[in-house]
Amino acid sequence: MNFLNGMTLLLVYQLVGEITVRLLVLPIPGPVLGMVMLFLTLMIRGNTPEPLQNASTALLSHLSLLFVPAGVGMMAHFGRIADEWVPITLALFFSTVITMVATAGIMQVTSRWFARPEHEGGQRDE
Amino acid sequence: MNEPAIRDIWVYLSASPLLGLTITLVAYGLAYRLYLKSNSSPLANPVVTSVAMLIALLLITGTSYEEYFEGGQFVHFLLGPATVALAVPLYQQFSRLRQLWLPVTISLVCGVVIAAGSSIGLAWLLGGSTEIQMSLAPKSATAPVAMGISETIGGIPSLTAVLVVATGIVGAVLGTKLFEWMRITDDSVKGIAMGVAAHGIGTARAFQVSSQMGAFSGLAMALSAFATALIVPWLVDLIGIQ
Repeated sequence: MNFLNGMTLLLVYQLVGEITVRLLVLPIPGPVLGMVMLFLTLMIRGNTPEPLQNASTALLSHLSLLFVPAGVGMMAHFGRIADEWVPITLALFFSTVITMVATAGIMQVTSRWFARPEHEGGQRDE
Repeated sequence: MNEPAIRDIWVYLSASPLLGLTITLVAYGLAYRLYLKSNSSPLANPVVTSVAMLIALLLITGTSYEEYFEGGQFVHFLLGPATVALAVPLYQQFSRLRQLWLPVTISLVCGVVIAAGSSIGLAWLLGGSTEIQMSLAPKSATAPVAMGISETIGGIPSLTAVLVVATGIVGAVLGTKLFEWMRITDDSVKGIAMGVAAHGIGTARAFQVSSQMGAFSGLAMALSAFATALIVPWLVDLIGIQ
């Protein structure tokens, strides 16, 4: 029952998110709004109910499984990917590396700028 | 005779979602075991191995993707509630996050612009068609979000889904190595970069490193889904893609 309650709660938030996004014609996806609303609920509540904790741990601990069906979709696009494999693979690879390095670099520098003196550490890395 | 009976069973099974769903879970189970056997080497990423196994199986049996997805959709669907579930680690790491909101915001906005800008720019330089450029643009956002954006800017949503997964894999496989080279040890920095560049697959990897890195990655993934939805269509307009 415990897991089921948590799962139900997640679906209810997703559903409310989807409905709100469509009613208000927001440019963000329903599940993202659902996440924001659940986050606000937890902030107001002040703790995480156990069923919710269980359901979210279960889903998030195998998050990569959920991407498998989309990945298999590659077989439906073999032709397209074969035609333009150079721009697709190179742009995807280098753009991902550039994004990762740049974001890490920016976060590293800015978090040092804005770090409070009494900050608990973990910023010293060299 | 046995032969027609087996064929009948096959015809029945390929028309029902049971087969697609079961092989997805079995393939992932095997891939995950392989991943643990390899001492959690990022190169043995369970998404790569299970996708490869499934594609091979479908090609050998002559099953179409549509038939497979009858069952695969049940797993795919859970991406929605999993996105909502990110609120939990986010809430639990909130005190740490509050101290860092300004650096996080700056990194996030820059990261989203760099992710979209660099993929459009590189694809254009390498002679990719506009359709490919647009399909690549939202690739660092999580799958359901990226597919929606791809559609609005003139990409191919289902191709974007594939590119999103590939991006996540590249990020998850290379991320920790890149951070080592950059000599970054702070879990919050690593998590933010992972979530912005490699969404859920990167976040799954981040959770394996530490729950703090996972929470930051989940946060970055959630916020960058937001930011990508707002920024990318505007960026595409700005560049003035024909």
